[in-house]
Amino acid sequence: MTIAAAEPVRFEDGSAVRVRVESPAHHFRTPAYIQGHVGVVDALCGVYPNPESLAHGGDGLPRQPLYRVRLRQTDLWPEYAGNPADTLLVDVYQHWLEAA
Amino acid sequence: MTTTHVEDHVHDQPMSEVALRSVAIEALLAEKGLLTADEVQRQVDLMDRRTPADGAKVVARAWVDPDFKARLLSDTRSALGEMGIRISEDTPHLTVVENTEEVHHLVVCTLCSCYPRMLLGRPPDWYKSLAYRSRAVSDPRGVMAEFGTAVASDMQVDVLDSTADMRYLVLPRRPEGTEGMSEEELARLVTRDSMVGVSEALAP
Repeated sequence: MTIAAAEPVRFEDGSAVRVRVESPAHHFRTPAYIQGHVGVVDALCGVYPNPESLAHGGDGLPRQPLYRVRLRQTDLWPEYAGNPADTLLVDVYQHWLEAA
Repeated sequence: MTTTHVEDHVHDQPMSEVALRSVAIEALLAEKGLLTADEVQRQVDLMDRRTPADGAKVVARAWVDPDFKARLLSDTRSALGEMGIRISEDTPHLTVVENTEEVHHLVVCTLCSCYPRMLLGRPPDWYKSLAYRSRAVSDPRGVMAEFGTAVASDMQVDVLDSTADMRYLVLPRRPEGTEGMSEEELARLVTRDSMVGVSEALAP
């Protein structure tokens, strides 16, 4: 595996990102309930083989940066009754994110 | 990873559809040379050797040794190595998140049942249930209340949905009144549920 086989890291900690809305026919690991929502990059977790490729016998290349994204619970669930400061942290691969 | 292995079976009743499927897939993988029965057995053995007592020892060490705790939070793999817990490079990355007076963490995997097996062993059935997986993200405080855990309304609850290559373990808060306790005594207060975040550690 070479460095060139990885997508360059596009987002910094603190960047606002929107989760893309898509339901591809193949395996993917971006839950529907966060799609279309805006969050903030909490941390870069690393750069990992793309599970959408691995799941179908592919080589997982190019590897994708994986971010821990923080979303506000009150944004995700309009009727959320807990502390407005409550958040959800979810790991999302870069190709599912766009700048917001 | 298969949760039902062919050699674990007592063949006095028909296998379930899921068990049959798992056996068929394993046989196919072996036939194609992608996996050997030995490799499967080794992984099953490894998983069975780990229990929440492993995680509890780590938490107790972090409670008594602030330097260890700092290393555990920043470089989990090497901190665990210090305790003789080896995590192979091909297992998902483990991250430890610390509960504080301000923030309480809860771990879930909405897509399947990703779980810090390398420290806790196999997940409990409720962790894999659709009810937990769907409600932990939308009503974490309600779910925790059902486990008997009341998180103060002015505290922040952070839910971690482990959807990808990361696994999360909660470092629960050290209970009050435990100042004089040894590491071994402290470890007995650390439950599996407190390391998933649905509960606090036990009171002494």
